[in-house]
Amino acid sequence: MALLEIQDLHASVDGHEILKGVNLTINAGEVHSIMGPNGSGKSTLAAVLARRDAYQVTGGRILFNGKDLLEMDPEEAACEGVFLAFQYPVEIPGIGNAYFLRSAMNAVRKYRGEDELDAMDFLPLYKERMKLLEMDDKLMNRSVNEGFSGGEKKRNEILQLSMLEPKLAILDETDSGLDIDALRIVAQGVNAMRSPDRAFLVITHYQRLLDYIKPDFVHVLVDGKIERSGGPELALELEEKGYVRAEAEVQQALPA
Amino acid sequence: MGNERTMVTTTPKLGKYFEAYETVRAEGLEREPVWLQQLREDGWARFSAKGFPSTHDEDWRFTNLAALAKTSFRRAIKGEFLVSPAQLEAYRVAGAACQLVFVNGHFAPELSDLGNLPEGLLVCSLAKAIDCGREGCAPEGIEQHLGRYADMSRDVFTALNTALWEDGAYLRIHRGVVLDQPIHLLYVSAGTGAEIATHPRTLIIAEDASQAAIIEDYVSLGSEAAFSNAVTELAAGQDAVISHFLIERENLASFNVSTLRIEQSRSANVDSHSILLGGGLVRNNVHPVLNGEGAECLINGLFVGEGRQHIDNYMLVEHARPHCNSRQFYNGILADHARGVFHGRIVVQKDAQKTDAKQTNRNLLLSDNARIDTKPQLEIYADDVKCTHGATIGQIDEAQLFYLRARGIAEADARNLLLYAFAAECLDRMKDATAREFAEKLIRERLRELVSAVQAATPAATQEEEKQNWEEVG
Ligand SMILES: Nc1ncnc2c1ncn2[C@@H]1O[C@H](COP(=O)(O)OP(=O)(O)O)[C@@H](O)[C@H]1O
Ligand SMILES: [Mg+2]
Repeated sequence: MALLEIQDLHASVDGHEILKGVNLTINAGEVHSIMGPNGSGKSTLAAVLARRDAYQVTGGRILFNGKDLLEMDPEEAACEGVFLAFQYPVEIPGIGNAYFLRSAMNAVRKYRGEDELDAMDFLPLYKERMKLLEMDDKLMNRSVNEGFSGGEKKRNEILQLSMLEPKLAILDETDSGLDIDALRIVAQGVNAMRSPDRAFLVITHYQRLLDYIKPDFVHVLVDGKIERSGGPELALELEEKGYVRAEAEVQQALPA
Repeated sequence: MGNERTMVTTTPKLGKYFEAYETVRAEGLEREPVWLQQLREDGWARFSAKGFPSTHDEDWRFTNLAALAKTSFRRAIKGEFLVSPAQLEAYRVAGAACQLVFVNGHFAPELSDLGNLPEGLLVCSLAKAIDCGREGCAPEGIEQHLGRYADMSRDVFTALNTALWEDGAYLRIHRGVVLDQPIHLLYVSAGTGAEIATHPRTLIIAEDASQAAIIEDYVSLGSEAAFSNAVTELAAGQDAVISHFLIERENLASFNVSTLRIEQSRSANVDSHSILLGGGLVRNNVHPVLNGEGAECLINGLFVGEGRQHIDNYMLVEHARPHCNSRQFYNGILADHARGVFHGRIVVQKDAQKTDAKQTNRNLLLSDNARIDTKPQLEIYADDVKCTHGATIGQIDEAQLFYLRARGIAEADARNLLLYAFAAECLDRMKDATAREFAEKLIRERLRELVSAVQAATPAATQEEEKQNWEEVG
């Protein structure tokens, strides 16, 4: 059984259809990348998977681990193992970063029938992970993402990913705005998480990230549909030719 | 006595107050000094001439007092309702230096705990202090302060309190004395079916360079309607550093009008923290006068309303001398049909050059039926001043809520976290750790109740954020 099965997914925002029939199957252990021009619906797909209710699903279905994902609330999907690293992580003044993550972990653990972590169990692990991501200790007690630099916010997403240990991690342009050092650190963090029972959906605009996180499959999303799928070589081709030319060639190649 | 007659004929509901006045005055004639008798008489004349204000009065535009005016609240007789120490167990403040308990406005020494008071601190019943003063063992200075700051001519509730008060706390912190732990003043409404009005009067004299925190706490033991009309005068001497906490957690049938009048001398630093969580109709007046150069005040507050609670905050910050600094921060959370008012008035007198005054009021409305009226009012008579004010009205931020839920936190818990974060802004401004922890506990409990009530009443509401924002420099 596939970990994620998206069938003919249609979704709209404020009455505008953004996703126009997406099909995608992801098995545990695989890394898929979705590329595509700005506005093609990549973040919309991520938001639907994370069950954001401002995005209305108007057709199709999604099975996650055999269960109907579209029936789930965001918190349920998260507890079942869906994790979205946000393109634009939200600042939440007044809620401490560490406190927030421990609350999230305990919510997930409770859902799975596991014991809650107290601060003593949590902190050493948290600090160790922060260190791996070369994050400053002082970010621990600051409010969630408040006053973080762009790079710190993205690392904070990966920190949460590494602590929450989801089955499916969706990274929405985690590379954008990162300098090459930060990109390397973030990619290392992600690679350390790769395992036979975890899958990744890496949304990116640039092939650059894929030098560090090697995908098994690459898909091109254009105007709400997956236009092409292939191996890692597809990303290189897109990088060389740009989306527009690559698409045009595809169009030509299609039988009339 | 012409005033009394007019009162009885025009507004018969003031009758119970008149009965109370007759009693209090008769007792006063026997044991109170003449200056106090005079003060009461002036208060009564003022109140009986004006009666309760209507919404035509600009200061009461958003608060209708009809329900208060039509209830015949009577005076409480000392000792008529028995309260056991066990009933007050839940109302202690862990770590307080001492606790003075007043039941229906009367001092209850048997319920109070005076602890080990440090040298240089006087804490007692105000009535007792004055009584004792008559016999020559006077705690000095009451006459110079009592009724000298709170303005009876402007405010009829202050006039009513001045006429009818029977007791309250008297605190004197001597020159240079620094208290480590807060003083807890617990004002308890206790009745069984009786509609009782009390008029607690608190006088706090903080001498030069003294330092203290005082918690004034209003609670009710039963569920019946009571009317607490409290006046506190706080005189802060030169370089004094004082934190005052008002906690309103009475039952939802209660009426509570409280007036905190602060008089600040040169470089005095006073914080007023109001945590309004209970009460059916609440009016919270905070009125500091910065009457010495370099004085600073912080006016910090949180109000939380649900059901049909009505919470009206009237701030009047008066800058009378140069180089003073005032900061107002009020956050409101309103659910159901609750209504809130924030009236932030800043007066900068002619001499008060280099004034720096700032005011911020932020509100979260958790239902379509909740309402807030926020009104800044600047009156500036000096030319070299900095005054800013701003107000926001909004709902819980959908993006923040989704972020928390996307990490597995259940919606109710996520809402609770966000509400708490909003409410907790006021905690960060509290310097006294004991009082802050106490306030934190009360706020947490209140919000937990509120979220479960809101959750039960409405399914997930996704409303467009409506924001009203203005900032003005003048
Ligand atoms: N909340 C929204 N309201 C209206 N339109 C939106 C909203 N979010 C996205 N869109 C529109 O949907 C389209 C796809 O957006 P998005 O999924 O963010 O694309 P991508 O991530 O591929 O750049 C864009 O045309 C964008 O303008
Ligand atoms: Mg995007």
